[in-house]
Amino acid sequence: MQDLNDLYQEVILDHNRRPRNYGPLPDATQSAKGHNPLCGDKLTLLLKVEGDRITGISFEGSGCAISKSSASLMTDAVKGHTIDEATALFDKFHRMVTTPIDQPVDEEAVGKLAVLAGVREFPARVKCASLAWHTLKAALTNAPIPAKTE
Amino acid sequence: MTPHAASASPASPLDVVAVRDQFPALHQLVHGKPLAYLDNAATTQKPQVVLDALRNYYERDNANVHRGVHALSERATASYESARRSVQRFLNARSEREIIFTRNATESINLVARAWGDWQLRPGDEVLITAMEHHSNIVPWQMACARTGAILKVAPIDDRGDVILEEFATLLTPRTKMLAVVHLSNALGTINPIEDMIAAARRVGATVLIDGSQAAYHMAVDVQALDPDFYVLTGHKVYGPTGIGVLYGRESLLQACPPFLGGGDMISSVTFEKSEWNELPYKFEAGTPNIADAIGLGAAIEFVRGIGFDAIGAHESMLLAYATARLSSVPGLTIIGTARRKASVVSFVMDDLHPHDIGTIVDREGVAIRTGHHCAQPVMDRFGIPATARASLAMYNTTDDIDALVVALDRVRQLLG
Ligand SMILES: Cc1ncc(COP(=O)(O)O)c(C=O)c1O
Repeated sequence: MQDLNDLYQEVILDHNRRPRNYGPLPDATQSAKGHNPLCGDKLTLLLKVEGDRITGISFEGSGCAISKSSASLMTDAVKGHTIDEATALFDKFHRMVTTPIDQPVDEEAVGKLAVLAGVREFPARVKCASLAWHTLKAALTNAPIPAKTE
Repeated sequence: MTPHAASASPASPLDVVAVRDQFPALHQLVHGKPLAYLDNAATTQKPQVVLDALRNYYERDNANVHRGVHALSERATASYESARRSVQRFLNARSEREIIFTRNATESINLVARAWGDWQLRPGDEVLITAMEHHSNIVPWQMACARTGAILKVAPIDDRGDVILEEFATLLTPRTKMLAVVHLSNALGTINPIEDMIAAARRVGATVLIDGSQAAYHMAVDVQALDPDFYVLTGHKVYGPTGIGVLYGRESLLQACPPFLGGGDMISSVTFEKSEWNELPYKFEAGTPNIADAIGLGAAIEFVRGIGFDAIGAHESMLLAYATARLSSVPGLTIIGTARRKASVVSFVMDDLHPHDIGTIVDREGVAIRTGHHCAQPVMDRFGIPATARASLAMYNTTDDIDALVVALDRVRQLLG
């Protein structure tokens, strides 16, 4: 049962129950939708990008504990950071969740996100943890939301 | 197949211990716990006789069918055709010519949507399905409608998961050229009143396809009594191998219908000017068929016939009643799908716990269930949920398996609160 406790750590359960940066972002400049058809998880990510910096971020949607907490942790982790920093963190996160189970993960590189390293024991769940990150990447490369006229 | 209150010591004529002995895969530990395999609607386990049939074919009889004059080819052809006869008897079809081997139910439906659909559908014609169809009985019709200009209509379902028959009756009109309906819903367990639906379709002159993918392992099917034009099933859900499916088609309709795929085996003569189609069923079996798995399916069907749907049905009714009662007592659990006539499929949600988390945690207790939308996204949308967890019970399941699920669900609650 250790692996289940590794997966559903208190931090993850907390972010699942009280997701951070959850809700609308009225002055968003960028957005993307993520969908994991396997489990039906749906996520909308909203970004406010000023210059090269993510100054605002929020998400909405339904999902399992892993995808929701990962989205919540991600929004906290990239808020206020530059696009380059967010992209670098994406790479580090991706490396962490794809590191073989018998090898140590670089916890320092990912900071708080290290709580999600437990998904490696559950190959079917890696997608849940990655959904928010792939959606972030899509949002950053999407054309900006056209400015509202009213 | 209607649920009764669970009795304390359920008696059923099926010797479940002896049945379980026939299924090697059931006897294993998963994450250190005895396996409780409750994902039969996705695929059933295979009895030893099926494994032996596959092995025997490859070890002794491996040869192409309908081609060789040598001993191996004759044996392979005899086994392959004997499997077809097994399917014919299983469905009570009039003739072996009405039994076409395909890859799975999906291919069977696509075959009809292509060969029959492109032949018969005209702009403005209607194809009627229900809101509880598997994607495989939705998408081929959407594609056929896009090709032909026909229109897809959907009969809605109510909160229990029954087709709303008044609405169905309104939607079924002389414009309806095809009625394509699932016999038994994989997501809800609903057994549709297809006898009445087929009769109604007859009155407006519609052709009928029944998706029997799930029905085939729960209940006896008699295509002469039901009288659909097409009935499809998929081998891996009747204790047979993957990669083999069946299309039953009324002989006169199959005769008239143009072929689907062209190639070897489906022709009687070929010149560069013109080819003559082979006789039924070979006209619809282009190329070397899946010989081994057809033989495996034949073995599976004989196995099921040997046990009999009376015994299977009684056992599964008992399991459904037990599972319904036990799961209903789990705090926060709601069963999705409470149709009047239901098979041993129990879909459920638990408060705000996501089915995916439930599935992962119970797996660690050795309990295999399906979580997700079950390839029936419109059903999930109808109930306003992203997904369900689903326990689907087969002839080899026991009340112990259900108890293991209930204990595992307690564990989910402990862990996720
Ligand atoms: C009701 C129903 N129809 C069709 C199918 C498709 O079966 P297959 O994937 O074997 O073609 C399934 C299987 O999931 C099913 O449950």
